[in-house]
Amino acid sequence: MQDLTNETLELIRRTSSDLPEDVEKSLREAVEREEPGSAARGALETILKNVELSRKNSTPICQDTGTPIFYVRHPEGWSTRRLREQIRSALAEATKRAYMRPNAVDVLTEKNSGDNLGGKDFPYIHFEEVEGNTLTIELVLKGGGCENCGAQYSLPDSRLGAGRDLTGVRKAALDAVYKAQGQGCAPGILGISFGGDRGSGYLASKEVLFRKMDEANPDPKLAALEKQLTEDANQLGIGPMGFGGKTTVLGTKITGIHRLPACYFVTISYMCWAYRRRKMTVRGGEVIYD
Amino acid sequence: MREITIPISNETIRSLKVGDPVALTGVMITGRDTVHKWLIETFIQKTRPSQGDDQEIYEALKPLLKGGIIYHCGPVVSGLDTKQYKFVAAGPTTSIREEPYQADVMKHFDLKGVIGKGGMGPKTLKGCQDVPGVYFHAIGGAATLIAQSVTKVLGVYKLDFGVPEAMWVIKVKDFPVVVTMDAHGESLHAVVEKQSGKVLAELLAK
Repeated sequence: MQDLTNETLELIRRTSSDLPEDVEKSLREAVEREEPGSAARGALETILKNVELSRKNSTPICQDTGTPIFYVRHPEGWSTRRLREQIRSALAEATKRAYMRPNAVDVLTEKNSGDNLGGKDFPYIHFEEVEGNTLTIELVLKGGGCENCGAQYSLPDSRLGAGRDLTGVRKAALDAVYKAQGQGCAPGILGISFGGDRGSGYLASKEVLFRKMDEANPDPKLAALEKQLTEDANQLGIGPMGFGGKTTVLGTKITGIHRLPACYFVTISYMCWAYRRRKMTVRGGEVIYD
Repeated sequence: MREITIPISNETIRSLKVGDPVALTGVMITGRDTVHKWLIETFIQKTRPSQGDDQEIYEALKPLLKGGIIYHCGPVVSGLDTKQYKFVAAGPTTSIREEPYQADVMKHFDLKGVIGKGGMGPKTLKGCQDVPGVYFHAIGGAATLIAQSVTKVLGVYKLDFGVPEAMWVIKVKDFPVVVTMDAHGESLHAVVEKQSGKVLAELLAK
């Protein structure tokens, strides 16, 4: 079995320091929408300057390098035990090289492990066996500020007038955006799941964040809701950093998962503008980074 | 852009208004969740006995914080092995988590301001009027860029809190911020929250 430690280290470096092209494009479009001389426009211009500088210097875009969330899809025959070891040692090395901040804190002793490794759940690694001979590792770094803005609603919700339908999903999501104000580093990206149980709901709301900004939802109803939610959220006027302005949300990604008859959860994962996600594809001896 | 040197006088603080862009120069300290809880419990409410090097650090902090600034930041730092510390990435963290503590810390140390992101609530706004002090907003996520205005790391206290939670004493030059809460009771965050709340009510009615 091929050792992917160095390749994963490079994946982490790229994810932390090099914002994906589609996210940057969306930020550049947002700048043009804001009034010249406004605080909102100034914030976005600073953000873009920082994006360029981080890429050039190979330094973290944001000091909160977040929870590392890895999704590994591997062909038959790969050892997930060894892949896990390789990913973990790549992460420790990335921390030593200051691509990552040491972020794993023992919740009982309050001690920071210093190398981003903590227990079996930090970093989060999901493995899935797939057909064919291509292995992919996807990584999202999700900061703590935006993670705190995540929310879960159990519908119906009488305060919001939200019933068990797509209109209810819309209302719950808008309430979450309002509550987040600028605290999740707006403009954000909404990862939304509806259905599931409380645990699977949060997981699915993060999995949709692996989609590209311009990737249309295959379901036309959900595609329409994604567009509607982004437009509605931007009417709130919270703006970049919560300074007020036209861009509160850059995009919305929604997925539905099967639910229990008794449950109807709407789960929102708020992703900050520093939407760090990258993919590595390994086929034979060749490694490609998206 | 107003250029302001730390320590800051009451007169200067009172002259600042919401919306003013400011470039800060001088010495400041990083401090976030663990630090605020530790300061409150050990020295302000005294619900926890002072232990180890607590008292010594408290005495060292007092002159740094008088007229000074706490930066809500958990940096990425290089040179941990050699103690040749350098800030690699150092944007602000979300300030609202310090809302239960901030006003009391400001009053206790005569702190003239905090830097963070996302703004703070009514208790801190009242604290800003009383001290007087202001809330400076830095651009969240702009970590590499902001680290460039940190010219030197002078030292660190409580590194056992972990790199993000330690108190880093830093020298900054032209550190870019905007006043979003001032000493006159004005808060941009309160205004935006109120306005967006009205729009939300309209959108929910649809």
